[in-house]
Amino acid sequence: MAKFKMHMLVCGGTGCRASASDVLYENLKKEVQEQGLQDDVQVVTTGCFGFCEKGPIVKVIPDNTFYVSVEPKDAQEIVAEHAIKGRRVERLLYVDPTNKKQIPDSKGMGFYKKQIRIALRNCGLIDPENIDEYLAADGYEAMGKVLSEMTPEEAIQEMIDSGLRGRGGGGFPTGIKWQIASKVAGEQKYVVCNADEGDPGAFMDRSILEGDPHTVLEAMVINGYCIGATKGLIYIRAEYPLAINRLKIAIDQAREYGLLGTDILGSGFDFDVEIRYGAGAFVCGEETALIHSMEGERGEPTFKPPFPAQSGYKGMPTNVNNVETFANVPVIYNKGAKWFASIGTEKSKGTKVFALAGKINNVGLIEVPMGITLREVIFEIGGGIKDGRKFKAVQTGGPSGGCLTDKHLDTPIDFDNLLAAGSMMGSGGMIVMDEDDCMVAVAKFYLDFTVEESCGKCSPCRIGNKRLYELLDKITKGQADKEDLDNLRNLSGVIRDTSLCGLGQTSPNPVLSTMDNFMEEYLAHVDDHRCLAGVCKDLIRYEIIPENCVGCTACARNCPVNCIAGERKQLHTIDQSLCIKCGACLEKCKFNAVEIV
Amino acid sequence: MEMIKLNIDNRTVEVEKGTTIYHAAKKLDIGIPTLCYMNLGDLKIEHKPGGCRVCVVEVEGRRNLAPACATECMDGMQVQTHSIRVLNARKTVLELILSDHPFDCLICAKSGNCDLQDMAIKMGVRSIPYQGEKSTYKPDFSPAIIRDMDKCIMCRRCETMCNDFQTVGVLSGVNRGFEAVVAPAFERDLDHSECTYCGQCVAVCPTGALTEVDHTTQLIRDLADPTKKVVVQTAPAVRAALGEAFGLEPGTLVTGKMVAALRRLGFDYVFDTDFAADLTIMEEGTELLGRLTRFLEGDKEVKLPMLTSCCPGWVNFFEYHFPDMRDIPSTARSPQQMFGAIAKTYFAEKIETKRQDMIVVSVMPCVAKKYECTREEFKVDGNPDVDYSISTRELAMLIKRSNIDFNRLPEEEFDSPMGESTGAAVIFGTTGGVIEAAVRSAYEIHTGKQLEKIDFEQLRGIEGIRSASVDFDGLEIKIGIAHGLGHARKLLDDIKAGKSEYHAIEIMACPGGCVGGGGQPLHHGNPDIIKARQKAIYREDMNKPIRKSHENPSIIKLYEEFLGEPMSEKAHQLLHTHYFDKKQKDVLLD
Ligand SMILES: Cc1cc2nc3c(=O)[nH]c(=O)nc-3n(C[C@H](O)[C@H](O)[C@H](O)COP(=O)(O)O)c2cc1C
Ligand code: SF4
Ligand code: SF4
Ligand code: SF4
Ligand code: SF4
Ligand code: SF4
Ligand code: SF4
Ligand code: FES
Ligand code: FES
Repeated sequence: MAKFKMHMLVCGGTGCRASASDVLYENLKKEVQEQGLQDDVQVVTTGCFGFCEKGPIVKVIPDNTFYVSVEPKDAQEIVAEHAIKGRRVERLLYVDPTNKKQIPDSKGMGFYKKQIRIALRNCGLIDPENIDEYLAADGYEAMGKVLSEMTPEEAIQEMIDSGLRGRGGGGFPTGIKWQIASKVAGEQKYVVCNADEGDPGAFMDRSILEGDPHTVLEAMVINGYCIGATKGLIYIRAEYPLAINRLKIAIDQAREYGLLGTDILGSGFDFDVEIRYGAGAFVCGEETALIHSMEGERGEPTFKPPFPAQSGYKGMPTNVNNVETFANVPVIYNKGAKWFASIGTEKSKGTKVFALAGKINNVGLIEVPMGITLREVIFEIGGGIKDGRKFKAVQTGGPSGGCLTDKHLDTPIDFDNLLAAGSMMGSGGMIVMDEDDCMVAVAKFYLDFTVEESCGKCSPCRIGNKRLYELLDKITKGQADKEDLDNLRNLSGVIRDTSLCGLGQTSPNPVLSTMDNFMEEYLAHVDDHRCLAGVCKDLIRYEIIPENCVGCTACARNCPVNCIAGERKQLHTIDQSLCIKCGACLEKCKFNAVEIV
Repeated sequence: MEMIKLNIDNRTVEVEKGTTIYHAAKKLDIGIPTLCYMNLGDLKIEHKPGGCRVCVVEVEGRRNLAPACATECMDGMQVQTHSIRVLNARKTVLELILSDHPFDCLICAKSGNCDLQDMAIKMGVRSIPYQGEKSTYKPDFSPAIIRDMDKCIMCRRCETMCNDFQTVGVLSGVNRGFEAVVAPAFERDLDHSECTYCGQCVAVCPTGALTEVDHTTQLIRDLADPTKKVVVQTAPAVRAALGEAFGLEPGTLVTGKMVAALRRLGFDYVFDTDFAADLTIMEEGTELLGRLTRFLEGDKEVKLPMLTSCCPGWVNFFEYHFPDMRDIPSTARSPQQMFGAIAKTYFAEKIETKRQDMIVVSVMPCVAKKYECTREEFKVDGNPDVDYSISTRELAMLIKRSNIDFNRLPEEEFDSPMGESTGAAVIFGTTGGVIEAAVRSAYEIHTGKQLEKIDFEQLRGIEGIRSASVDFDGLEIKIGIAHGLGHARKLLDDIKAGKSEYHAIEIMACPGGCVGGGGQPLHHGNPDIIKARQKAIYREDMNKPIRKSHENPSIIKLYEEFLGEPMSEKAHQLLHTHYFDKKQKDVLLD
């Protein structure tokens, strides 16, 4: 990258592409060309910066200017102002939501300050479609080192020493997993990369594959060498076309450079990678279900043992790791297990990528060291709660994680602490809720997902989750009694205790954790038929406050069922028998004259 | 074998490594309830999907409960099989299953014989705290099997039978979650699938989700019709199993009581399918000898090995899966159909009854026979040779319904002439029996010598694939035997690949042959029951005065009076058939 004076990094991630960052890229290139700057300014498409909410993102190096929400038509101004005159385009700079100040330099953004990027190290920095850029960023160095200088045993030991644990949800120590797989004999062993990523809202794996596909390939070769596998399979959901495309390009380039294929780097070791497409079911991310799906069978889990390491794809020893897990691997060999183990907590080393979402100012993908507190994540990186509302809960771990409250805000985040608190790491979803969220409705929302995604193989999950949903539905409608609450708790416990796979074993978490932390909300629904957060439609009414109503007619004009009566400048009233509780009147009234009771 | 020690309910037990907690507990006589688990021992069918979760136990140090049927014992393991946590979990899981199940016990075909009902009784379920929506699925009425998926508990046993044992591959899990159900591909109905109607799915279904089509109502109506002569034939395997439905030990022969019961039910003529089995041997045996002779004379066109054709499940199987090989099986019809054809011609003439006024009913251990008698080629002017077939289970039900005290019935004899049969015919009911019967006759006809020893032990057994050779006076006849369509498939693949050495192969679709048929009283996962029936069949053979088909006097008379000789034109018309390429069956494509 040396010869250019300036680099314009245009995000080519799925989020930014959806707002035409590809057109923006073309425009910037054209503009640079037209201004005769092609020898000074390089325009590069990169992977996701993690700040997708404010995309498309353009980052200018060397001054680290961070432009947000850039439109294709802004290309001319950026080149004219920034590249030629050296002046930042002020209107495209990021505004800190807490103090409304423009922040010119990404280093000054709270969003990035506390992040440590290992798995995402190259995302937003290199061109994922150009292997040379990966090579320039120490790419394939770890692989070269392992293949030429280490025995499989030594390489596995290094992985064990690093303390890396699986990022796909289970948190199983990666080195130990490799060791087990290395010891089982088999004609043809396999390395499988789990890129199914079925958690709605999670997109770390997609971002890694889009922004830095080679890191996964490199890690898979290392993994193959360690366990004696010569074939790698990447199971990726078909809904990730960009990631698939970049992976394909990466595989082709790696083959061309002799980094995949036979006799890699003259080491005598053969390894190649194939892509397999997922059908999109959440449960297909579970490793045994994933393997059955790749075999063309129904994607449903089977009882473990046997574990994939013993009998996996086609009955052969198979090591399954998650994309993010793999993305950590090359760095561990480059910088050493000791370095990696110095980051994080005693039992959870390194970093974790989270998809921060919900009622929070900075929504996006972040990578933080294990041991960071929820408070730091939510209030510093996340910039606090939106619209100055009050923090209520944070749900971690995806659809079957638990809801944590302010009493957990200072708990250091790691695998074991989250479990102890009644939630889990999961794949790294993190959804922040404020006082406007009803926790019973939240639990119901997640159960709706699990009911949809259960494979139906085992009775507690197939039927039990449906019943959980129905009980929650009853509660949100004010039709439940105390006995229903007892049944809800018992059923949750039994589903967790008896389900076959991780889906059912965790699906009651949202119920149990909200019952533990927000019992008063359940009781309000049951005893008083009230929804404290004003969310559950059957338990609320929209009313017009006579003192505040000026008769502007805004509510009446916007009511979809025309159930608001009132003349201009007269008090308006709502016909409760017709109201569908859509909330439009509340939203449209400028005089705070509509309230929820 | 490595042995390990563990503790179950505070008692120590030593087991082989790899043993599951369920089996270890059994060693201590500790019962653990199961619903989905099934192990058919010698038949080498084990099904442990770990799906129902009623077998959970508590294992010290484990976060959640473990399914005893699928969890292997570990050295030093501490297991509790009836802690409060376990009992609560089991009961809750059962309540969940019941909450998604119709409360049809009073009117369900499976009632009294249903594993789910049994478990609800044992666990003392008195109310279902978890009420809600019930999953529903379109019912499926095929000519032989009814699928009522509202009663399915997703144990998936049917899949194991259909896919792993039979390799037919019709049934598999479709849809997800609460809507998950077992169904043929593309959610077709069975009649539009490649189902062979072997009924093995029905035989293992723990609930009323899979049952045979019920013909008893029709039968009662016909028996009450004074204008109809109702003739019944009973297959050999029925007499070895019917007693089970009346509390008798598996393997009790109830031939005489069965005949008495049928008479009391009002049948005009109580005959024996065994008569037709002897006839089958005459035809099939002659066909085999014919093919062998041509083969020995150097005829390259002749198709060998010859495959038996008396099992309609198997006939359906090759019509769907090996249609290009459909010229290999014998053209002889099954005994059920030979019986029907003779009853509605030869016997109808004898009693001067018009075809239309005669109803031929068969009692079969079989579900496929229900379909077989509906085949167009077995009808004359739309009138079927066999009007319908009822299963052993249906007969038992009918006897109970008619308030007949079965166990106190006298022993009675079949009617003549179509009630006379030999020991060779009886053994049609078990794997290896048809070919043994054929060998008994073919040997004597071919060599012109009397057999010194009638029992061919080398052809008997329960192994899925067996082979033996028989010395036909210097000519070595190589024989293959398979029961279970998966085993049959292997032999067929060998034939296809030109690797088969056999001259004749016997195939039966069901495990153990008809004794393990899909229409028999349920074995509830106990393979010893099937073996006990098999023993009974050989006992009945031993006790028969005549044990070779060609010596059956009624058969000899039938040829003299009516058919001429085996393979005659008349025999061809009435006793032989042809097969179809059902892969092309257009209904499959619609
Ligand atoms: C219902 C369910 C869904 C899962 N989905 C994923 C997934 O989308 N991606 C993933 O990597 N792991 C998923 N897992 C975890 C995998 O089973 C497996 O543990 C993981 O891929 C192992 O990789 P790791 O050790 O690197 O985490 C899921 C597990 C369950 C129970
Ligand atoms: S827990 Fe749910 S997803 Fe997992 S096997 Fe059971 S039914 Fe399927
Ligand atoms: S909540 Fe919606 S439906 Fe009800 S009054 Fe307001 S605008 Fe009309
Ligand atoms: S299947 Fe069993 S439990 Fe269900 S209705 Fe029938 S007899 Fe009752
Ligand atoms: S009858 Fe036989 S072939 Fe048909 S679905 Fe059942 S097991 Fe399969
Ligand atoms: S149909 Fe019967 S055997 Fe098949 S899964 Fe359902 S309950 Fe089990
Ligand atoms: S083996 Fe007997 S019971 Fe089974 S399908 Fe064949 S004929 Fe019927
Ligand atoms: S896709 Fe552009 S920042 Fe995430
Ligand atoms: S019997 Fe063990 S899970 Fe069904």
